[in-house]
Amino acid sequence: MIVPIKQRLGLSTPLTLSQREALQGFIYISPWIIGFLVFTVGPMIASAYLSLTDYNIVTPPRFAGLNNYEYMFGDKLFWKSIENTLYYTVIFVPIAIAGSLALAMLLNQQIAGRVALRTLYFLPSVTPVVAAAFLWLWIFQPQIGLMNSIISALGLGNGPLWLGHPGSSKPALIIISLWGALGGNTMLIFLAALQGIPKELYESADIDGAGSVGKFRYITVPSISPVILFNTVLGVIGALQMFTLAYVASSGRQQQFSPGGPLHSTLFYVLHLYNSAFDFWEMGYASALAWVFFVIVLAITGFQLWTSRRWVYYEGED
Amino acid sequence: MLSELLPAWRVKRIIRYLLLYAVAYGLTIIFALPFLWAVSSSLKPVNELFLWPPQLIPKTWRFENYIEIWHVAPLARFFINTVFVTVFSVSGRILSAALVAYGFARFRFPYRNFLFLLLLSTLMLPYQVTIIPTFLLFKAFSWLDTYNPLIIPNWFGGGAFAIFLFRQFFLTIPKDLDEAAKIDGANTFWIFLRIILPLSKPVVITMVVIGFLESWNDFFGPLIYLNTPEKYTLSLGLANFQRVVSAGGQATEHLLMAASMVMTLPSILVFILLQRYYIQGVVISSGSK
Repeated sequence: MIVPIKQRLGLSTPLTLSQREALQGFIYISPWIIGFLVFTVGPMIASAYLSLTDYNIVTPPRFAGLNNYEYMFGDKLFWKSIENTLYYTVIFVPIAIAGSLALAMLLNQQIAGRVALRTLYFLPSVTPVVAAAFLWLWIFQPQIGLMNSIISALGLGNGPLWLGHPGSSKPALIIISLWGALGGNTMLIFLAALQGIPKELYESADIDGAGSVGKFRYITVPSISPVILFNTVLGVIGALQMFTLAYVASSGRQQQFSPGGPLHSTLFYVLHLYNSAFDFWEMGYASALAWVFFVIVLAITGFQLWTSRRWVYYEGED
Repeated sequence: MLSELLPAWRVKRIIRYLLLYAVAYGLTIIFALPFLWAVSSSLKPVNELFLWPPQLIPKTWRFENYIEIWHVAPLARFFINTVFVTVFSVSGRILSAALVAYGFARFRFPYRNFLFLLLLSTLMLPYQVTIIPTFLLFKAFSWLDTYNPLIIPNWFGGGAFAIFLFRQFFLTIPKDLDEAAKIDGANTFWIFLRIILPLSKPVVITMVVIGFLESWNDFFGPLIYLNTPEKYTLSLGLANFQRVVSAGGQATEHLLMAASMVMTLPSILVFILLQRYYIQGVVISSGSK
């Protein structure tokens, strides 16, 4: 007996209301599902496979086992890029978090012109990174730049070569990043969190005779601790991905060298990945670098979330 | 006499306020100085660039620099390219993110919570992890050196952040409105188009600002995908500005500063005009509302 295809697929019986709702829901979220499969899941699997191959884009990928990972352990630039990235993250993130919180607390006071101040503090973070890099390269110009002019006017002698010397290039990049980060999103989020702390908490602390340090330590920090965690986790992920600023600052003028100079002092992890993939076209090795990066980011984020149980206080708990 | 007029607590309070204002307004100098210095340099003739000590106020104002930059480099071309990429990226992000968020906010389906968590987890996935296969995929599509890689992925959900933002907002819209329309015989897409979306103007504007800033400032995407100089966006064109400008060995910093300010100005304007919406979006995303 021939069963019509519609019936065989169960389509002849009308869908129940909840089935229809589910079907519509899936249709609405389908752009994301397709995008997720094509631009995230697929590439992640492909990159896991590519990391096990030798692939220079011209000839087809050749299976190479764990060669790329072995090579990585002996790759001096890999270790250098890890060192640079950790140096940058460990110095930049704590200063950025503490500084943003300080600025937010400042703007949380009764000052005339608060809104204008907030806007002004924020402007560096909407400045395109490429433009910011050039603004600061010009300020850090060793001979006639603004920074070294101020240093010598203060009687501190000749300033450093900044981006021209491996000893001062990372501090210069940290200064530029801080300029762009202190008054940015992190500060806005802290400010909103500070405004959400109930006034009564401070009032009763006043009655108990608590000083401002005590109030900060026992009211402000616990109240906003979930937001401190949020900003720190995102700050670390962002810092580990440092790329554009270092790329432009180290190659903006002379493009004959791979970016990351001088002497690889600004070769951050993603820059090394970029050079391997798009400068040397070692797609297999770069994929291995990408996977190791993924594991590093996951481990560092997981570690932060795990240790956060000790210091983050959520309302409604205990 | 004086101690009566100014008791100790009052003196303390005044000093505290003076200090507060000094710090709050003093900091604006640090944040603004790079801009002031860039604008000042951009208005100087070449020979004033290297004066010692540096002068914040130019001796001769050379406004022509702002005309010259459009001639020495195809800046207008870069500008149009960037506008093109930004407009189609941002519109795709907003439309598709709103649709997906509507699905998550208004429909019950199996694995909904799991899928939403999966979506949120992609927020922590660094895009570099997938960049190489994605590049190879676009190469297979013959999309290299076109704007497709910069625009089309935005039409598939617009990213976890945008979807999250829209969903949070949709959840605050009373369901009674949907129900009433449903009784009148409206289908779900009509409800989305005629009821949900018009009520979501604030969050749409939020995404316009955030999407604009991200596309306008993006460097990594154009760097990887665009090769032909005529196709460069502003960020890529600016990064190559000193190579593009043939100044016969002369310094070009004044022009570079002028071009940098030209690229920065739209970002600053969009932010200043729409900052209320932007700040709302950022605050919602942190969950501290």
